[in-house]
Amino acid sequence: MKLNVNSQRHEVDVDPRTPLLYVLRGDLKLNAAKFGCGLGQCGACTVLVDGEPVLSCVTPIALFADKEITTLEGIGTLEQPAPIQRAFIETQAAQCGYCIAGMMVRAHALLQKNPRASDSDIRAWLEPNLCRCGTHMRILRAIHRAQAIMRTAQAGDAG
Amino acid sequence: MGLRVRPLRIVRIFVVCCFVLALAAGIFAIAAWRPALDPINPPAATSFAPDLVKRGAELAGIGNCAFCHTAPAGRVFAGGRAIATPFGTIYSTNITPDAETGIGNWSQAAFQRALRNGVARDGSYLYPAFPYDHFTLVSDDDDKALYAFLMTRRPVSAPAQGNDLPFPLNVRLVLYGWNLLFLRPGPYRADPAHDEAWNRGAYFADGLGHCGSCHTPRNFLGAEQRDHFAGGTVEGWTAYALNAASPAPVPWTAEALTQYLGRGFAEQHGVPRGPMADVAGDLRSVPADDIRAIAIFLAAQMGSHGPEQAQTAQQVVTQSARGTAVVGNEADSQADTFHVAATDGEGALIYAGACAGCHQGPRAMPYGGIDLALSSAINAPTADNFINVVLNGLPAAEAAHAPIMPGFANAMNDGQLAALARYARAHFTDRAPWNDIENSVIAIRSAARALRHQPADHP
Repeated sequence: MKLNVNSQRHEVDVDPRTPLLYVLRGDLKLNAAKFGCGLGQCGACTVLVDGEPVLSCVTPIALFADKEITTLEGIGTLEQPAPIQRAFIETQAAQCGYCIAGMMVRAHALLQKNPRASDSDIRAWLEPNLCRCGTHMRILRAIHRAQAIMRTAQAGDAG
Repeated sequence: MGLRVRPLRIVRIFVVCCFVLALAAGIFAIAAWRPALDPINPPAATSFAPDLVKRGAELAGIGNCAFCHTAPAGRVFAGGRAIATPFGTIYSTNITPDAETGIGNWSQAAFQRALRNGVARDGSYLYPAFPYDHFTLVSDDDDKALYAFLMTRRPVSAPAQGNDLPFPLNVRLVLYGWNLLFLRPGPYRADPAHDEAWNRGAYFADGLGHCGSCHTPRNFLGAEQRDHFAGGTVEGWTAYALNAASPAPVPWTAEALTQYLGRGFAEQHGVPRGPMADVAGDLRSVPADDIRAIAIFLAAQMGSHGPEQAQTAQQVVTQSARGTAVVGNEADSQADTFHVAATDGEGALIYAGACAGCHQGPRAMPYGGIDLALSSAINAPTADNFINVVLNGLPAAEAAHAPIMPGFANAMNDGQLAALARYARAHFTDRAPWNDIENSVIAIRSAARALRHQPADHP
């Protein structure tokens, strides 16, 4: 079966019922998305499908034949981090870090659609993602910082 | 001669007609007119007995008052929720004890008149979106308790929003006619043919609980038809029939209904969802005896079950039996995925990959999902509830131990969801296929229905 992941086409030879997360981690060695609850209830496995957040642990790859999948690796790199990634590094918004990949991916989807999302928009949007270390305030701060970085970048482009 | 008289006659007839019409309008206005009741100073919260306030809180739970009288993410009971009706949009009003914008200057008598007759303190008619056709049955004592509860809430200043109704429906006096046709003023009178528990359940279910508001079909004037509990549609969801036409594969019992309403799920039926999730959420603060009475009455409405139906039900239960709840690593090791062949089609493949893990796994509810053979949604006349649930999932119930499910709106496109619905209907029921699933999926997805309301604060 063919999968488009991070703008690359992959041919994978797995049962179409296999959860997307297993294929990403096991076959494509993209390890940013995490296995958390395995029940679609914690958000650690969040990836983007056509720009919208999807819980990859409960979604079989059969659903994604003609869709574009984006993982945290596809949003930016260590050398060239996306605003959301830079902001999380700069604010050190991680405790154990297990939920952070999912948090960044979901937040990225929101900021792509609405760079000026309000604090309450952000809180409501992130509701499906759980953090059990209590890093919520730093996560929120990081997302606001990402908004500021995006604004500066835009101003730079315009100038 | 005749030529000269005729125009005069026409004028006379015209004058008489005008007179009759004016007289009729006058009589209607006099008959319809209701006096304003004197405003009062908002009573002190301490003037109400704590026990009365507590009982009022429980009764408000049965009435699910907070849902309609709270705007999404707004202050509880401050009103402002838009209620879509076939006639236009009606906005709920502020029932906090604020003197200017709420019911702070309403006396107990004014409050009781609103519930029993659908008339506001100032004498204007209320729209039956406020289900006074049910609340009329509420007893004097329970009216007092509800009043005590509401008058001891925090006052919120929130002026009512104007309704969006066309002429002549925006003239409240027309409701006099509606009331003549459809309002049978209460209070509830016990049916001697039934025992006390049944009557208590009927009093709650047909009165404050206003179950029929959603579960009974309405006529072209928006009134409930005689076909009591034959099922209806609300906010894009199907409210199932609660009479003999109930789609539940295993017939409801009073025990199952008690669990469903009081605990938030029943093993052989599933989870309240959509608008019903809110109703059940409010019932969690209601005493078990009251819920049991409602359950006894409702189970009786669905009737007794013949041996054939019982046998079918037993078959469904046996097929779907997964034994007792297994949790933790043991459950994971037992999780044998559901097997399908490539020839079973796209819907089967999606079911096997996305649904079977929970819905046919080793965990019983609330840790696992219901076997779809037991689901009313799969057996319902329309695919609407199935589509709603797959798109939006089941959000976590507040402070309750109930099943949750992730939504698949972003994972499945319209065709994939339709294929899944077709497969589930064919595989888990013997019923005829649903019609026009694709269009239902498109309509429900674009409506982006909110699954629950989240008040910013709590009473």
